[in-house]
Amino acid sequence: MTTIEVVEPGLQTTVQDRGRFGYQALGVPVSGVLDFEAMRLANALVGNGGDAAVLEMRMVGPSLKAAEGTVRMALAGSEAKLTITLADGATRTVPAHQAFDLPADAVVKIGPLKGSVTACLAVSGGVDVPPLFGSRATYLRGPFGGHEGRALRAGDRLAIGEGAPAGPPLAVEPIPAPAGDTVLRVVLGPQADWFTDKGIATFLEEPYVIDGATDRMGMRLNGPEIEHVGGYNLVSDGIATGAIQVPGSRLPILLLADHQTTGGYPKIANVISADLPLAGRLGPGGVVRFEAVSVADAEVIRRDAEAALARRIGAMAPAQTAAEPSLAALSGENLISGVVDATNVGHPS
Amino acid sequence: MAADTVADKARFLSAGDGGVVVEFGDTVDRTISARVMKTAEMIRDAALDGVTELVPTFRSLFVHYDPTITSASTITDIIAAMPLDDVEASAMRHVWRIPVLYGGEGGPDLADVAATAGMSEADAVALHAGSVYNVYMLGFLPGFGYLGDTPEPLRLPRLETPRVRVPAGSVALTGQMTAVYPLESPGGWRLLGKTPVRFFDIAAERPALLAPGDGVRFVPVDDAAYDDIAALCREGRYEVEREDAA
Repeated sequence: MTTIEVVEPGLQTTVQDRGRFGYQALGVPVSGVLDFEAMRLANALVGNGGDAAVLEMRMVGPSLKAAEGTVRMALAGSEAKLTITLADGATRTVPAHQAFDLPADAVVKIGPLKGSVTACLAVSGGVDVPPLFGSRATYLRGPFGGHEGRALRAGDRLAIGEGAPAGPPLAVEPIPAPAGDTVLRVVLGPQADWFTDKGIATFLEEPYVIDGATDRMGMRLNGPEIEHVGGYNLVSDGIATGAIQVPGSRLPILLLADHQTTGGYPKIANVISADLPLAGRLGPGGVVRFEAVSVADAEVIRRDAEAALARRIGAMAPAQTAAEPSLAALSGENLISGVVDATNVGHPS
Repeated sequence: MAADTVADKARFLSAGDGGVVVEFGDTVDRTISARVMKTAEMIRDAALDGVTELVPTFRSLFVHYDPTITSASTITDIIAAMPLDDVEASAMRHVWRIPVLYGGEGGPDLADVAATAGMSEADAVALHAGSVYNVYMLGFLPGFGYLGDTPEPLRLPRLETPRVRVPAGSVALTGQMTAVYPLESPGGWRLLGKTPVRFFDIAAERPALLAPGDGVRFVPVDDAAYDDIAALCREGRYEVEREDAA
């Protein structure tokens, strides 16, 4: 069986897939990748089904060694310069959004991510940790799922499923990184009526800055206080990923993949599902604004985003030779931008 | 006369393009809870396309859906038309006896809770431990049971700013509810004490100790008894005591 070995773990690298569904009634969160578009692009590049388990990394990526045999890999979701060091010491670099074959005993170092705090590395065949409640996703607070319920450490070995792809490594056009203030579209509710008109206006008109206390569970936001009508204690009810709750601090908290299944703070709005990958790319210090849309519009936007993602994947083409990485990246981009739809997936312009 | 439908007893709220909330009320009430459970059962039986998960809570049912397969309006129409006559709240099955070391490091809010209730800490503990609580639902964290009802004088709002870290085993309350944090987590409830009992264990046949409809009684223990039970729990040799429901 093929395995990969963790040489350096990166800042927080976890095994994730689409998430763990069906156990929220026991209080078990969904978890899964923060950026499902990155996961699907990475999996497509290595010939996997879209939901195969990947390694999700935050801010600084790991260094990984192919412990037995060649492994095809691809990083998607952020820019990064991947350095491959072969067993004989020779090195070369590969960009993100391009598959590559890591020969036995070679090491790939991913290093700092650029343009997103989150990226996904897919390996051909998928990361084969034992599924728990039907999913390989890691839930850090559990701690369970993924690899021993925790972020990877140096020395960990991960099994990889069967399925080496034939043909040359592919490249895909990356999803553009957000620039400047980022707009997250929301549907107001289910407790928008717990806020004054002024509170709603503050929420929709003012910028919020992402706090350092941000993790896979939620993103605290700093900015103008949002006014409640009265109290801020409600009888706990269910929570969707992307819910924005406003506790007594009057500052919003955007709930992400590892969020609790139920809660008792009023939820002013939910980030629409098409914008959740974008939310997952944002880190401390980033500035966000919120824009309201209807549920029906949110559903259409999501379906359009799915279609655009499918077109992006359909337009994958063989990567240019990696001997000249910068030229290869350039020509790859030109080659692909001629055929792919220019829709800025997940990023409202 | 036509039978009542879900629409006669609930309102539908939007939770983005992935969730519809079917809300039967805004209080903790056994009758409302029974309607939630009944509606969940009907939706499960109907196996609606694109409905991915159902999360029953005290007063509402959260219907998770996949917006690439169905829409909020489609599932709302179907659920609204489902028949819903009055359903009886069921009795508790059995009562778990949970040992608790009240106050001290594990219960930093006991003094505040007692002071707000206008009683001594000992009286607040006696009051909290003097009730049998019903498990209304699980949520918030794996194995986290919402237990009610907390005696009136002990009902306090959540902390204005939730704690970043509440230890596993913390016994806490807010409003009508009492709970035990099964895992370390951020949390805004008031902490009264701690228990060594594990409320969620993925290796167990039933990962969550509690199920809706169970009862819970908190039994005050001293430091020495706490340490003894904690040692047994660590070795996996502690069996939580159970009494039959009255």
